[in-house]
Amino acid sequence: MTKAGTTVAAARTTAPAVRLPRRRGIELALIVLAVLLSVYGYCAVGLAKAGTVPPGALGYGAGLGVLALLAHVAVRVRAPYADPLPLPIGVLLNGLGLVLIYRLDLETPGARAAPAQLVWSTLGVGLFIVVVLALRDHRILQRYAYVCVVAALALLTLPILFPAVNGARIWIRVAGFSIQPGEFAKLLLAVFFAAYLAANRSALAYAGRRVWFVQLPTGRVLGPIVTIWLISVGVLVLERDLGTSLLFFGLFVVLLYVATGRTGWIAVGLLLAVLGAVAVGWLEPHVHSRFQDWLHPFATIDAGLGPNQLAQSLFAFAAGGVLGAGLGLGHSVLIGFAAKSDFILATAGEELGLAGLSAIFLLYGLLVERGYRAGLALRDPFGRLLAVGLASILALQVFVIAGGVTGLIPLTGMAMPFLAQGGSSVVTNWAMVALLIRVSDSARSQYDGQVAP
Amino acid sequence: MTRYIRHAIAFCALLLVALLVNAARVQVFQAGSYDDNPANRRPTIARYAQPRGDILVDGIAVTGSRDTGEQLRHERTYANGPLYAPVTGFASQEYGTTFLEHAEDGILSGTDPMLAPLPLWDDVSRARSQAGNVVTTIDRAAQEAAFRGLGRRKGAVAAVEPSTGRILALVSAPSYDPAELSGNGEPVKSAWARLNQDPEKPMLNRAVRQTYPPGSTFKVVTAAAALDSGVVEDLDAPTDSPDPYTLPGTRTRLTNESDDCVDASVRAAFEWSCNTVFAKLGVDVGVEAMTTMAQSFGFNDTSLRIPFSVAQSTFDTQVDRAQLALSSIGQYNTRATPLQMAMVAAAVANGGQLREPYLVDRTVRRGGETVTTTGSRPLHQVMNPATAVRMRELMTDAVKEGTGANAAIRGATVGGKTGTAQHGIGNAGTPYAWFVSWAQGDHDLEPEVAVAVVVEDAAADRGDISGGGDAAPIAKAVMRAVLGL
Repeated sequence: MTKAGTTVAAARTTAPAVRLPRRRGIELALIVLAVLLSVYGYCAVGLAKAGTVPPGALGYGAGLGVLALLAHVAVRVRAPYADPLPLPIGVLLNGLGLVLIYRLDLETPGARAAPAQLVWSTLGVGLFIVVVLALRDHRILQRYAYVCVVAALALLTLPILFPAVNGARIWIRVAGFSIQPGEFAKLLLAVFFAAYLAANRSALAYAGRRVWFVQLPTGRVLGPIVTIWLISVGVLVLERDLGTSLLFFGLFVVLLYVATGRTGWIAVGLLLAVLGAVAVGWLEPHVHSRFQDWLHPFATIDAGLGPNQLAQSLFAFAAGGVLGAGLGLGHSVLIGFAAKSDFILATAGEELGLAGLSAIFLLYGLLVERGYRAGLALRDPFGRLLAVGLASILALQVFVIAGGVTGLIPLTGMAMPFLAQGGSSVVTNWAMVALLIRVSDSARSQYDGQVAP
Repeated sequence: MTRYIRHAIAFCALLLVALLVNAARVQVFQAGSYDDNPANRRPTIARYAQPRGDILVDGIAVTGSRDTGEQLRHERTYANGPLYAPVTGFASQEYGTTFLEHAEDGILSGTDPMLAPLPLWDDVSRARSQAGNVVTTIDRAAQEAAFRGLGRRKGAVAAVEPSTGRILALVSAPSYDPAELSGNGEPVKSAWARLNQDPEKPMLNRAVRQTYPPGSTFKVVTAAAALDSGVVEDLDAPTDSPDPYTLPGTRTRLTNESDDCVDASVRAAFEWSCNTVFAKLGVDVGVEAMTTMAQSFGFNDTSLRIPFSVAQSTFDTQVDRAQLALSSIGQYNTRATPLQMAMVAAAVANGGQLREPYLVDRTVRRGGETVTTTGSRPLHQVMNPATAVRMRELMTDAVKEGTGANAAIRGATVGGKTGTAQHGIGNAGTPYAWFVSWAQGDHDLEPEVAVAVVVEDAAADRGDISGGGDAAPIAKAVMRAVLGL
């Protein structure tokens, strides 16, 4: 395994003739399209609300364009073989998120969020450029696995020291900024999981007893798993953040399965998850009420208390129909609190309709698929697990939050990647795309003619 | 590992499919039930998003719309609220709509499919049609004359055009300003509570939603029945009626306000409003013929819409002879709305033919194109034309020489009938003063207007209250306004 680098180098030298096209031109064209779509959305909001093109349209478009172009240049310089899709998808989703937040700002003139989000997006793209330029090879990260896990645990436990906000203890407030450290922790944990599993996958896969048709792992390797499970339950109990703990645990189970191929892990994981969820749902009123809201979204209406957030969210989606009300013409602001963050998707659903919502889901799906595709093409286990982990984080997060606001699963407070208001989230997502670019560059430049990335 | 990554991909594809299917469920298949949920404010927001259409009187809007900039954006305003309240009703964000605001809500709020020039395309683009306007049949001058005439007194006026059924005036007093109820929030709630608790009932539309004992004005119906059924053939022949008249099967003796009613002819009895003569006439005509005549005038009809519903005027069909006698002079269970009595006068004026009354001439788009017209309403032959000619004679005489002298207009032929209706337990209440009439200008081909006026509490001594004294001048003012005299 440690020889992975050398074998790759050998492959690169032996088969230079089958190198894949770089496709940077396609990336540039798609970025221009993404920027134009965002500017168009921005103008559509202004035309619908005020009847004129908003005054900052040109500046907004230029700013977004310059940011995207800088990112593109960084990719061109340091990751010339990278997949051409992740960057334009990131730009489009981020631009669309800005449009939606700007649109909701018009309904809440007292609490503008778009300017701050623009600053955070700039920081995010900055981090993207830094990661692409500085991280020459993703395998360097493997060396810092234990640094990563310590940092992640520190970040996770930090908010416990700060007061709870809206029932969840996931924010820290520094000099007027609120930061969600859990967002950064998920990337660090993905790196750690990938490194740990890459090193221990054989022990995990082939030891242990077979009970029925399930291959159980031995106690020695079970330890770390149980530790992670305890941590995620701890996060849930102490910070009352169902979404994040679900994400961590889901990520770990997926990576464990991919690393070992043991269905037993899935069985164990599901069992532990169910146990944890039931116990916490029973003990924690906050989580319990979320579960009740999911089962009976209209209970508060029947009780004469008016619609709750989930009911308002469902009303917003329903009002969108197939084609949507049009940007700026919906009333998703009725959702009230968290309309710009957790419930941002309801605005997209109402104003862009099922058509727009499906397009957004498919964009996420495409991004996830590109991640897995890079994982398939890579030869080193760490890189594969890292790519799978990053893609899985995105997939799980989108599913948990989108399923929550559409009433598919109980609602958990999480940020829709790129779309939702939230600085920590958007910065983390750009770092994630940077890592995807990095691994896909490795995958595509090492192409050996077997699995097309 | 490749195989397991593919499994993970399949798992994620499953999640994606679940999201898409669920989104389709929420946005398409269950969208209808979510949209219709009463807790969903979107329909309400959409309803007030654009200015409400206007109600027009003589081509001028008597309503308006005010942009409040709130979530429910446009609020109703009224140019002269109390005057037109019985016509417009109110359009409240809190308490719904009434009268024309209610009956024509589809046009006024823009939801009527007739308003959409391109229905299919509008469904796709979600364009809401501009609200339309409602053109009423109300005659501004007549409406104002009636409102001024009632002044601070409690009562109602209804006026119709006999040949068409167009309602020219619809006034109820005391009135209120519907603008007070337009918006939402605390001021509207307190106005609503105040108006509802007011003992004077300002929100009651007395012209169409309140029935009164019509008293002597009902003698028009009784006389028509007597003439039509042949019980009376000569208006000037003595009727062989005693004074006082003992109600059949009882010892109750019915008397008159005026003298000279013994054996009076129908003409004299109509002029001087002899109760004894008409009570006996009613009994002579019989319950069946009386009922038929009353019902062809519109009594006992629950289906009349002008386009909002009108309270049912009643003529009891299950009566003994004594009750029939009282019913025939507009007492016992006989009750009528002012609009019903205006219809009675109109049928006489129009040669025995009754047109159903209506209030909306047509509905138009913002730009003025007609959406719907009411057109001519069903025609109904109430009595023989010959009977109508003689009824006109009776009513004209009552104004020329009898109790209705206060309604006479120079330059016009006026026919009328006064009424003073007892009510309350033991007739203890202040009597209602009635006057029903019609008028034809000397240069007109047919009668232009029929009016009914009721004054509930003419603030005077009981002896002085009479249809002729209190109600006739109001009717006269309305008729003059319509005739332009």
